[in-house]
Amino acid sequence: MPAAGTGGLIRRAAWRLRLVLLFAALAALPYLLSYSQQEIAVLLVINVLLVSSYRLLTLTGEWSLGHVVIMGVGAYTSALLAKQAGVPVPLSMLLGGAMAAGTAALLSFPLFRMKGFYFLIGSFAAGEIIRLIWKRFTDPFGGPKGLKRIDPFPDIETGFLSIDFYEPVNYYFLALAVVSVSLFVLYRIERSRIGLTFHAIHWQDRLAESVGVDTFRYRTLAFVIASFFAGIAGGLYAHYVGAVNPTRFSVDQMVYVLVWAIVGGTATFHGPVLGVVVLTVINEIVLRALGLDTARPLIYGLILILAVLYLPNGLESLGPRLRALWQRRRGEPAAAGREPA
Amino acid sequence: MDLLWQTAVNATYAASYMALIAVGLVMIFGVMGVINFAHGELYMLGAYCVVFLYAQENFPFLLAVAAGLVFVGLVGIVMERTMFRPLRDNPLGGLIASIGFLLILQTLVVFGFGRRMGHVPPSTQGKTEIFGAILTHQRLFVIVAAILLLAALWAFLKRSKFGRALRACAQDAEAASLQGISLNQTARMAMFIGAGLAGVAGALTAPLVSPTPYIGHSIIVTAFIIIIVGGVGSLEGAVIAAVLYAFVHTFVTTFFDGVIANIVGLALMLAVLIVRPTGLFGARERA
Repeated sequence: MPAAGTGGLIRRAAWRLRLVLLFAALAALPYLLSYSQQEIAVLLVINVLLVSSYRLLTLTGEWSLGHVVIMGVGAYTSALLAKQAGVPVPLSMLLGGAMAAGTAALLSFPLFRMKGFYFLIGSFAAGEIIRLIWKRFTDPFGGPKGLKRIDPFPDIETGFLSIDFYEPVNYYFLALAVVSVSLFVLYRIERSRIGLTFHAIHWQDRLAESVGVDTFRYRTLAFVIASFFAGIAGGLYAHYVGAVNPTRFSVDQMVYVLVWAIVGGTATFHGPVLGVVVLTVINEIVLRALGLDTARPLIYGLILILAVLYLPNGLESLGPRLRALWQRRRGEPAAAGREPA
Repeated sequence: MDLLWQTAVNATYAASYMALIAVGLVMIFGVMGVINFAHGELYMLGAYCVVFLYAQENFPFLLAVAAGLVFVGLVGIVMERTMFRPLRDNPLGGLIASIGFLLILQTLVVFGFGRRMGHVPPSTQGKTEIFGAILTHQRLFVIVAAILLLAALWAFLKRSKFGRALRACAQDAEAASLQGISLNQTARMAMFIGAGLAGVAGALTAPLVSPTPYIGHSIIVTAFIIIIVGGVGSLEGAVIAAVLYAFVHTFVTTFFDGVIANIVGLALMLAVLIVRPTGLFGARERA
């Protein structure tokens, strides 16, 4: 046993080392970027939380088209609480998350009567209704123009330390901290009994039911947890950008989330994160540098189609695939004799 | 009373082109099991056929409409061959791929015609008065064309050998292919008809709506509502639901406003999904 024990220890140490390196790289990152790239980095961090929370929902096998609207519920709630009720901003963000979770809990009654394609369309309809309500009712939602001049995250001012969150670098670290904690929680949930039950519902819902799992309650639970974190992402967004409007949470934006998740692959925790990071870098940095702004949707569309056709398990499957290819190459001399071309 | 009657006439016009779009979408779903998210963009493409051939190149309006039907139908065949056929066992993949295709179509039209509204002059100035309500001939033309096309489709599906093969595939693809029906051929045909109907709807209404490259969004939302209410996979249901939806939407728009009408439409769909998840006329759920 001691051998296995040290092996595990080494592996765990290597994993920790990698995590430390990752955080070091993330901490150094904003200083290597231009101002506008720093702003993109902030939004990217927020989108990582959005797409990771979306993945939790897809664990149970349901694909929603309302996730961005749920994010909007968090954004609108937090903005309104801060603007009109004077709630301090960090608290208002949490309440925004809670509101998003509550909305999800309420929506689960009609939506989880449906499955698959019907759930997809049902979630789309529910989301559109919420979005149109924001658009229609100027008081308090601001109508089509939305809410402007949302209170920013309060500056930290102590004697020797002063942090102004208007600076993208500082907001980047704030978002990074919030998102890291959230991802850790999401990860733990997936590895817990609850997470295993989600998987069971996805692959064998009849079997799970027959051994006494209340699939409706677990689906709702996944939906509520995912929505809470989407709401937090919305709060982070609202107090960074300072403005929200109904168009920002339209189905076009949802398409992007879907693309990130699909292109990255939803089988593993890091898949969607990989998807959003790679596509954002391609989108914001490579395409912008090439001056292909108008062609961007076209290239996005092509990537999407090619990914679905040729990389159905997402970018995450690329690593293992290449490794397998590499190993086959190295084993080729031995295999070549057996298989005549 | 006049306003009521006028609104009913307007609703009839809306119902006729919505029925064309929804029937095409249902047909594609029926045979391939794929929800074509790019259906609204196929409508848009049809409208731009008229923008190009009729408004810019001065071909006759009818010819431009016919070209819209055929061209968009061919685009449908391309979609079938490149995306839906390889993804036959993966309905979600087909849906996602069609989202990608939608982005491509939008961008191509922006490249060709710009983002701004395309202006299409009316092809006829005439109007008819029916009991005090005014119906322009442009709209009348859409209504007549929709009725003729849907009748032709109905006859084709019920009478011809191809139509029977198509319905067989929609009922049970595996059993159909065991009878010697070619799935690929049938899917190609369904895609041509489904896309062509969306294209012709766009072409017919182009002078009435001032098309933009982004017009497909509201079209696909409407089409989803209609096919859900009508029951996914039921052609008759799609037609009836189109009429129902058009009347509800037009009346609420006239007496309240457009956004409220959209909310009512979506709520109607949600209510149908809750009470009868297979739609008012849908018989079964496709796995």
